[in-house]
This record gives sequence, structure tokens and C-alpha cells, in this order.
Amino acid sequence: MRPFTYQRAGSVAEAVKAVGSRDDAMFLAGGTNLLDLMKLQIETPAHIVDIQDTGLDKIEKTKDGGLRIGALVSNTALSADERVRKDYPVLTRAIQAGASGQLRNKATTGGNLLQRTRCSYFYDTNMACNKRDPGSGCAALQGYSRQLAVIGSSDKCIATYPGDMAVGMRVLDAVVETMKADGSTRSIALADFHRLPGDHPEQDNVLETGELITAVWLPKPPGGRHFYHKVRDRASYAFALVSVAAVIQDDGSGRVAFGGVAPKPWRVEAADAALGQGAKAVIARAFADARPTEENRFKIALAERALAGVLAEARNA
Amino acid sequence: MSSRAQTPAKASPPPTMPVSFTVNGKKADLKLDTRTTLLDALREHLKLTGTKKGCDHGQCGACTVIVNGERINSCLSLAMQHQGDEVTTIEGLGMPDDLHPMQAAFVKHDGYQCGYCTPGQICSAVSVLKEIEANIPSHVTGDLTSRMRPTNMEMRERMSGNICRCGAYSNIADAMAEVAGGKA
Ligand SMILES: Cc1cc2nc3c(=O)[nH]c(=O)nc-3n(C[C@H](O)[C@H](O)[C@H](O)COP(=O)(O)OP(=O)(O)OC[C@H]3O[C@@H](n4cnc5c(N)ncnc54)[C@H](O)[C@@H]3O)c2cc1C
Ligand code: SF4
Ligand code: FES
Ligand code: FES
Repeated sequence: MRPFTYQRAGSVAEAVKAVGSRDDAMFLAGGTNLLDLMKLQIETPAHIVDIQDTGLDKIEKTKDGGLRIGALVSNTALSADERVRKDYPVLTRAIQAGASGQLRNKATTGGNLLQRTRCSYFYDTNMACNKRDPGSGCAALQGYSRQLAVIGSSDKCIATYPGDMAVGMRVLDAVVETMKADGSTRSIALADFHRLPGDHPEQDNVLETGELITAVWLPKPPGGRHFYHKVRDRASYAFALVSVAAVIQDDGSGRVAFGGVAPKPWRVEAADAALGQGAKAVIARAFADARPTEENRFKIALAERALAGVLAEARNA
Repeated sequence: MSSRAQTPAKASPPPTMPVSFTVNGKKADLKLDTRTTLLDALREHLKLTGTKKGCDHGQCGACTVIVNGERINSCLSLAMQHQGDEVTTIEGLGMPDDLHPMQAAFVKHDGYQCGYCTPGQICSAVSVLKEIEANIPSHVTGDLTSRMRPTNMEMRERMSGNICRCGAYSNIADAMAEVAGGKA
């Protein structure tokens, strides 16, 4: 790890000022992703601003019947919240499908959204990687790509966004609330939060330097039956090859998003609209523009089967 | 969030800071390089070597300790993050002449072979039963609105963050079942 100075911010205003006033500072929430990457010198901040004392650890009811989830609410606390279990169970399921009990106790809502890719070449500092080292190339293109993206990628980067929680939030139409270094706030639909790599895979999302996630808003409960099916190489404590988050209404209509397949939680309106026609029709629309490699083509068939399983369960439940 | 340009190594010594927390009921006042993880603070500075370092990247659970009543991976936490916290390590759960019920159950059921993962397994196992008690759901929970129960499936899923290279898993599950008072 590179040496750094450490500061505990006592308020949101202090935190954004501390990170925004220099270009080598980073926020620290749970630390479960940032410290991992700092040990490998993939992230090398010279100043750390710990945000644990900024008071963003509450889940509150909103005026329009939804929830406002503070950025520091832990994955365990969010998944166990009575309102989430009852009204947004897809979110409880998605969180509990990820990482381990120890990690979920520390992982925060904001940090989870911002976790970086698990592409093994990104992690291996001896390999070319445009996301880690812009312009150096992409070792994955000629390499081992079984885990990587089948859609939304570019010829600069084919990495996936690896998280589960965000896929559940995507079918709930979540909105990310932030504060910029100058103290101004904005709301970003989760749909627009993570970026496709294009020519700039080093930018995972639309946050500006020093911009802090303060909360995630969920609109009022969508009703219906909620599912999160995750397919992975072992039954627990592994990242998704493919995951399916879905909310299915009694009439068969609903919403569906896919994880493990793209640089962001993958949801396509036309695919939602095809839910009544079965898994094949949904997948044909969701993955119409897919550009899989020979090694990861199987993910599309896997997504179809995972979704077929969800739809069968929705019918029988 | 972009990757950072390589900052040149500073000539000045790495920054240090004071930090205080409680470990197994005793106050610890340390002055540490800010890079020190909670794991290294416990092992290298407080000489509490019961807690083990396996992967140092959150992937094995050997470093599991209990902080303010919750289990965490001490390798992925800076010591500085724990100012004022209450840390419990395997030494704090119980010592050979005064074993915690979970430690005694591990001995009785042979919940280990080489023993390297065991301190982490036991800290996790104690916490898992508390998490079930606190009605926190898991990946294998059927009805999210029902009361959580310490079934074999629930305990196995919740223990997945602790890897055992010797494969003592089924004996660990037996030990946990005994402490939970249920059947494996
Ligand atoms: C072994 C292992 C297995 C895992 N398996 C899974 C899995 O299966 N599924 C899954 O989804 N995840 C998995 N994870 C990832 C885990 O969920 C993340 O590490 C965690 O959610 C990150 O949250 P954190 O609070 O610890 O973030 P930190 O590490 O503190 O921060 C992550 C990043 O976000 C920034 N940041 C944090 N909070 C804010 C904020 N409020 N505003 C702006 N920037 C902020 C930090 O500067 C940093 O860049 C796994 C991790 C490990 C180590
Ligand atoms: S796929 Fe993206 S993250 Fe992986 S090596 Fe290529 S540029 Fe890096
Ligand atoms: S040493 Fe911390 S999880 Fe492996
Ligand atoms: S007892 Fe040897 S690693 Fe678990």
C-alpha cells in the first residue's frame, strides 16, 4: 500500500470539501473494496477521507411512500430492514446473494454501487488494462474472457460491473442522490449512473471528482412477486456469471434486469414488455446487440434458463 | 472514479496516527502507520496472534473478528477506522481453561484439522447464531417475513465466508448445531 494521510470527516460538507479540494484524495466507507485495491496499488490515494461519522446511516420513509437509504447503511442492515423485506424483497435477495456475512456487515450502500470490476486482468498489475491504466490496452480481448461482458462492452474494455445489489435496485427504478464538492446536490437515475466503457473504461460511472453519494431513493413499492436468481461457479461467496432480478405482476407483466453480463445492471425496456411472451422473447430483446466472445457466449443461454426458472416460479407461486 | 496516476514515493516517513480501541475488554492505545490493518494491529502490535492472516483480501475469513458485536474481515479494515470500537478476538471469546461454548463444541466435534482457519470459524460461528437470533435473513431463507431458524442449510450458507482448506465443514456444522440447540 502507498502511504496516505487519514482524516475522519464529521459531516457531509466536510467530506466533500476534503476530497474535492485535491485530486489525490478518496472517500473510504466500509473499505472492503478500496483497501483490497490499495493493497495491490491499483488505487493509490495520498489522502483518505473516512465518511463513517457523516450520519448517512439511516433508512427513512419518503413523502411519496418510498424509502431513502443513507449511503452508509450496511448491506446487512439494508437487507434485514422490515420494510425492504416486505415491500422490496428483490433487494434483500440481491444483497444476500453477494459476498459473505463478514463483508456485508462492513459493505455500505454507496460503496457497493461503486465497487470496481473483478476482471482478473484489472487485478493483475503486470497486464495491460485500459480501465486501470488508460491507453495501455486490454489484455482480456485476447485472453480469458469467460467471466466478462457479453453486451455493452467496447473494443477498449469488456469488463462487467460485478455487483448484485445494484441489479436489484435497477428493477426498483432507484435514484442515486449525491453532493458535489461545491455543496450542490443532484439526483441520478440508477439507469444512468454506471457508464458503458466506450473510449473511457477508466470511468465506471458519472460521478465527478469529490462527488459523494449521500443516499439511494426507492420509489413506492412496485408490488408483484420479487426474484433474484444468481448463477455462479459455487453455491455461495462467488461473483455472478449471470443473475436475474425480476418483479412479476399477477398478469405476467413486470420488470427484469440482468447482472454479470454487462458494464452495468442490464435492463432493456423492450425486454420488460416481452415478459408475457416467455424467457426466449425477453432474452432476444435484452441481448439483441450482444457481442459475446467464444468463451462467454454461454452466458446468454444461461440468462435465458435463469429467467425461465424465475418465470416458472412466478407462475407456480 | 478513475484510476490514479502513480504518485512518486515521498521522501518523508509514512504518516502515523494515534488510535484507541478496546480489545477483549482492555483498552489499547496505539500509534500506527495509517496503512496498518486491524488484523496487523492485533497480530503485530498487540501480539494477539490467535487471529490469522490467510489471503489478506477478504476471500478466506481466517481474519474474522467481532467488532461492536458484528463479525468483519479484519484484513479489509484499517485500524484507524476503529477508533473507540470494541473488538473481540478468539482470545476474548475464551482461553483453554475457560472455553466459550462454541470453542468447546469445536473441540468435541473435531471442527478442525490443522486449525489455521479455526479462530475465524469460531468468531464467525458465534456471530452467525447471533445473526439468526437477530432475524437477519440469508441467501437460503425461504420466507423473508418468517422467523429465522438455525437449520443446517442456514448455517452452511452463513458460514460460506470462512474457507477451510482441510474441509472440516460438516464437523463445524455439527458443533454449531450443538450450540444452537438444534439438530444438524
Ligand atoms: C471476497 C469478496 C467477495 C465479494 N463478493 C461479492 C458479490 O458476490 N457480490 C457483490 O455485489 N459484491 C461482492 N463483493 C464486493 C463488496 O460488495 C464490496 O466490496 C462492498 O460493497 C464495497 O462497499 P464498501 O462500503 O466497503 O466500499 P469501500 O471499499 O469503502 O469503497 C468503494 C469505493 O467507493 C467509494 N465510496 C464509498 N462510499 C462512497 C460514497 N458514499 N460516495 C462516493 N464514493 C464512495 C470509495 O472511494 C471507493 O472508491 C465482494 C468482495 C470481496 C472482497
Ligand atoms: S476488460 Fe476492461 S478491466 Fe479487463 S483488462 Fe480489459 S480494459 Fe481492463
Ligand atoms: S485474511 Fe482476511 S479474509 Fe483472508
Ligand atoms: S482446519 Fe485446516 S484450514 Fe480449516
